[in-house]
Amino acid sequence: MLLTISTTREPATDLGYLLHKHPDRVQEFDLAFGSAQVFYPEVGPELCTAALLLDVDPIGLVRGRGSETGGPLGRYVNDRPYVASSFLSVAIGRVFGTALSGTCKQRPELVAEAWPLQVRLAVVPARGGEALLQRLFEPLGYSIVTHRHPLDARHEEWGASPYFTVTLTKTTTLRELLAHLYVLIPVLDDDKHYYIGVDEVDKLLRHGAGWLANHPAREEIALRSLRRQRSLARMALERLRDEDESESRVEAVERSAVEEALEQPLRLHRVRLDAVRDALHDLGAKRVLDLGCGEGKLLRLLLRDKQFECVVGLDTSIRCLEVAAERLHLDEMAPRMRERVELLHGSLTYRDTRLEGFDAAALVEVIEHVEPSRLSALERVVFEHARPTSVVVTTPNAEYNVRFAGLPAGRFRHADHRFEWTRSEFATWAASVSERFGYASTIAPIGDVDDEVGSPCQMAVFRR
Amino acid sequence: MSNGRISPVKNMEIKVPEFSLVVMVGVSGSGKSTFARKHFRPTEVLSSDAFRALVADDDGDQSATPDAFDALFHVAGIRLRNRRLTVIDATNTQKEARRGLLELARRYHALPVAIVLDMPNKICMDRNRERPDRAFGKHVIPQQASQLRRSLRGLRREGFRHVYVLSDPKVVDRVEVERVPLWTDKRSETGPFDIIGDVHGCFDELRALLEELGYRVDVRRSEGVDDGGLSNEFDVTHPEGRKAVFLGDLVDRGPNVPDVLRLVMNMVQHGNALCVPGNHEVKLLRKLNGKNVRVAHGLAQTLEQLEGQSATWMSELRHFLDGLVSHYVLDHGRLIVAHAGLREDLQGRASATVRSFALYGDTTGEIDEFGLPVRHDWAKEYRGKAMVVYGHTPTPEAEWLNRTICIDTGCVFGGKLTALRYPEQELVSVPAREVWCEPVRPLESETSEPSNRTAQQQHDDLLWLDDVAGKRIVSTRLRPNITIRAENSTAALEVMSRFAIDPRWLIYLPPTMSPCETSTVDEYLEYPTEAFAHYRAAGIESVVCQEKHMGSRAVVIVCRSEEVPARRFGIEGNGVGVCFTRTGRAFFHDDELERALLVHLRDAIEAAGLWDELTTDWICLDCELMPWSAKAQALILEQYAPTGAAGRAALREAVSTLERAADRGADVAAQLERHRTRLAMLDRYVEAFDHYCWPVASLSDYRLAPFHVLASEGHVHVDRDHVWHMQKIARVCDRGGALLHATPYRVVELSDPASEADATAWWRQRTDEGGEGMVVKPIDFVARGNRGLAQPAIKCRGPEYLRIIYGPEYRAPEHLARLRQRALSSKRSLAIREFALGVEALERFVRKDPLRRVHECVFGVLALESEPIDPRL
Repeated sequence: MLLTISTTREPATDLGYLLHKHPDRVQEFDLAFGSAQVFYPEVGPELCTAALLLDVDPIGLVRGRGSETGGPLGRYVNDRPYVASSFLSVAIGRVFGTALSGTCKQRPELVAEAWPLQVRLAVVPARGGEALLQRLFEPLGYSIVTHRHPLDARHEEWGASPYFTVTLTKTTTLRELLAHLYVLIPVLDDDKHYYIGVDEVDKLLRHGAGWLANHPAREEIALRSLRRQRSLARMALERLRDEDESESRVEAVERSAVEEALEQPLRLHRVRLDAVRDALHDLGAKRVLDLGCGEGKLLRLLLRDKQFECVVGLDTSIRCLEVAAERLHLDEMAPRMRERVELLHGSLTYRDTRLEGFDAAALVEVIEHVEPSRLSALERVVFEHARPTSVVVTTPNAEYNVRFAGLPAGRFRHADHRFEWTRSEFATWAASVSERFGYASTIAPIGDVDDEVGSPCQMAVFRR
Repeated sequence: MSNGRISPVKNMEIKVPEFSLVVMVGVSGSGKSTFARKHFRPTEVLSSDAFRALVADDDGDQSATPDAFDALFHVAGIRLRNRRLTVIDATNTQKEARRGLLELARRYHALPVAIVLDMPNKICMDRNRERPDRAFGKHVIPQQASQLRRSLRGLRREGFRHVYVLSDPKVVDRVEVERVPLWTDKRSETGPFDIIGDVHGCFDELRALLEELGYRVDVRRSEGVDDGGLSNEFDVTHPEGRKAVFLGDLVDRGPNVPDVLRLVMNMVQHGNALCVPGNHEVKLLRKLNGKNVRVAHGLAQTLEQLEGQSATWMSELRHFLDGLVSHYVLDHGRLIVAHAGLREDLQGRASATVRSFALYGDTTGEIDEFGLPVRHDWAKEYRGKAMVVYGHTPTPEAEWLNRTICIDTGCVFGGKLTALRYPEQELVSVPAREVWCEPVRPLESETSEPSNRTAQQQHDDLLWLDDVAGKRIVSTRLRPNITIRAENSTAALEVMSRFAIDPRWLIYLPPTMSPCETSTVDEYLEYPTEAFAHYRAAGIESVVCQEKHMGSRAVVIVCRSEEVPARRFGIEGNGVGVCFTRTGRAFFHDDELERALLVHLRDAIEAAGLWDELTTDWICLDCELMPWSAKAQALILEQYAPTGAAGRAALREAVSTLERAADRGADVAAQLERHRTRLAMLDRYVEAFDHYCWPVASLSDYRLAPFHVLASEGHVHVDRDHVWHMQKIARVCDRGGALLHATPYRVVELSDPASEADATAWWRQRTDEGGEGMVVKPIDFVARGNRGLAQPAIKCRGPEYLRIIYGPEYRAPEHLARLRQRALSSKRSLAIREFALGVEALERFVRKDPLRRVHECVFGVLALESEPIDPRL
């Protein structure tokens, strides 16, 4: 990884004073993750360029870490040794520490001078593309020149890579320039190589002093700077990932950002949960199952209604259950409330005796996550064996998808959806289930009904 | 089943069933603890004093008694559930105290036995005085003693099956306690058996069946009828000493009950047969004993046919019927026979419930539209290890379900009389001569769906969470007791339920494979020498080296025709098979593409004549499917290509900047050289993975390289060596055009250096061209070396390929030195366990075990794969 800083302020060689590095010497620094060299490819009165060349040890990144699996650092094949990342921030702090802190013993008057400065970052991973680069640097007054690299020149069909060579130009103090780089490089990369502790907040505030508070993208910067670590549960799951699955698919059930973004304007999520809660209430159910409870939003709603004496959430994702337990504050719940709620890890394609003997079960946006070939197993688990008195099922109405401007035709609302049904498909399914398992069913729309395509979501209520 | 009086024990021995709840009864100081200590193991004796001490630190603290008994009952319950003899050492002089214990015995179907120590009061009081911790009032002992004596006579009526009373201290010293097996316990009888379903007086069919089974039936005429006439006597023997087992319901409805009874009684008497009672025998006995029973369901015919039989024989008959035991546990516990079957928690136990279940099945108390009792189908939920063979419910065909089988095929209703040969598990039937009786309920009225799937397949539609969740221990033929940790099951459950294909297709998942130890050859991390050395050290003599293809692992099941998936796998729908990945996901997202591949493979197998050669209509193959990029596109786009792009851009920029610095005389020569080398390595790395990428537009762009013929009908081919597998596959590939790719291989004799050198040269040549490397396997599929089961395979990867594993710059000397340090033992242990589970899954499938038994193994492989192991190995 290479970073160069140039100035045309005359005499340009004064840059050596500010950086505290002599232009005629090559200096080497040992770092925890490798080494850094500082040298000057150009030295002259009109133009002086300092280079910081980072040599990250690719084997050391993987070896000797607690866990040798999961995460980009767990793999020998990764871009870390080559790109601008939090490693570069750490190196800036170590190698240009005096400049970053605004000290210059020999020429203290230079510190506050604004110079014409140009920075070139050889490879920047901008997860968020050029727009992110502009969002981060333009408000700070930089002019930006970017060059995006292709993934592989011989495979045009693979498209562009997330990597840019970036040149930033601004007349400013060196100290401020370094502080901007220190904070924003990991933000571009959206990853950090070390454990994020509480002192990270202090660091952010210190180096962001004077500019971060007024930055229009400050929330995004903070969020990405304080990225959270992966959970152990997710790492175990990752080991079972197929080579053709991207991480996003595995995570799909946990985060449905796309779906939420689509449905957000309709407040559909809330409308749907309210509809299900009302349906369960009207059914007179006391002991209720939330099958596929996810992060526990419906559970929380149900607990507020005292009619529900016992509320049990089941999900196949351990990660979701961890989040649900956290959101419900299960650990610190009052004993009487705690007795009303239970979380179970299980699967709707395996018969589970723990699910027997309930008044009602809700499957909110669950069936469309099940392979069509496995749906018959789910039907038997729920309607034949768990056999609650009533069952409430919601699923998207595929016809409504044309009303979502952001959704290309033929695509599902969620990457993990295995199917989305039209109103008549859903009705056919509900009728078939009712007949086979001895239930009677009614279907109701959820959300505002469009004359042509119906409501965005549909709900079936089965009664035995 | 009605012996066991109140036995005043004088000098002999006390007989205790080896599974029973022994209740000591006696006042404080009567010597119960001493007696229990002397005759039972310390762990068998649960003493109220000890439990008082456990819960209250004081064995004399009477206020702790309720808690102490709570704990005692809990422990006793667990022991009985696990079928362990348990002795309760407490005074038990009060009826209320005994009632709880009797209830406990009933719940776990243990025979309750009372051993009463009725000692003179004086002796007890003297003993108590000697014990400083027993400071209770004088009135206590006489009070307990009078309770005891009042109870004595009622103990049998309370429910104790055996009651022994010891009232002489001298006798107490001499008495011996003998443990006797339960009447149902015939574990030492190992067969072979011929188990015969409900006969119902169908004598001719019975005789024909016995002869079909190879028995010699000799008939003698002898006196036996009241009016001086002659009756038949039968001698039935089998030349190979096989034994018949009759499942009851010998009588009623059919044409010749007396001869059936004579034949069976004779066989039982001569030790050539065992017989358990059916509900019809029980009713007959009650009638013969003069009880008032409703004469229906064919009893009338029996009574009519028995008229005129001699009084002696009738008395023999009563004695025979009275002596029939509810069920038998045979062959070291592997086989249970009972008229109406038996749940696992009732097997080898004794209680009224056990008997009634064995006779009538799991009745719910309801009556169906034909006026017959409704029975819960216990076999659907059966999870026991023992095989259960039963009758009672006539069905058109005997069918296995969860290791149980009902072999009542309704002979008397015009069906057939069926026997099951054990251990062969072979069904033998003879048709009914005529319809002797019209069935009340039509035979087919059970849940039969119009389908050509077996009962087991219909049942297997649904797996149970209890069969996979939590910590599990799976026993396999190759390796006993493989533990699956709960955390791993958790991850596997999520993947199975969200991503895997229909579990009925998943009869196998491939094991992981360890690389060889690292090489010391310059610039090489892996080299064939270590792979050969590994097997030589393990005591293996010859190995096969197979070229390793850089694609994705695929398991393919292909069927000869479209109806095979339904018949053999229970999967209805279209298609001739399936292709899935190492984690059980569908390989193709495009059904048409998958179908085209399977049809192509099926035709090649047909052309090669393999279907007939293996006498099968399905084959399961272990394969590699290329190109790698077809499956790994996401990985290439998200990891491999970006690393190459970033690395080359960064290093080019570094080199040009260093060149500028060098031009102006800065001392960066070493850095410049180093970065030029690094850039060259990045170029080689991009070259390395580009080798495995080509675009796939249609089936003709794929290459399938099978390397194991894992299984076909009736056979798991792990008993064949790898040359057999390679040759069979080569023949299929010959007929398979460009799509099918035969794997090049070499056989190496490890004692012959020339043979090893030849294979090494072959590996060098292949890997220099960018090949992935090779897999070295013992020539035998399952090889046992001098340290047990040998690694099924070891991979030896080429230097170019390893760039995409260990990173673009791994071959730099400073990196290589560190990479050589790697631990293989966890990976190897995992490989062996997964291999054993995979083979077990196939073997269970081939012998038609219930799906959950197959699934358990496959699920286990997936769970083990979530173990945290260095993914680069």
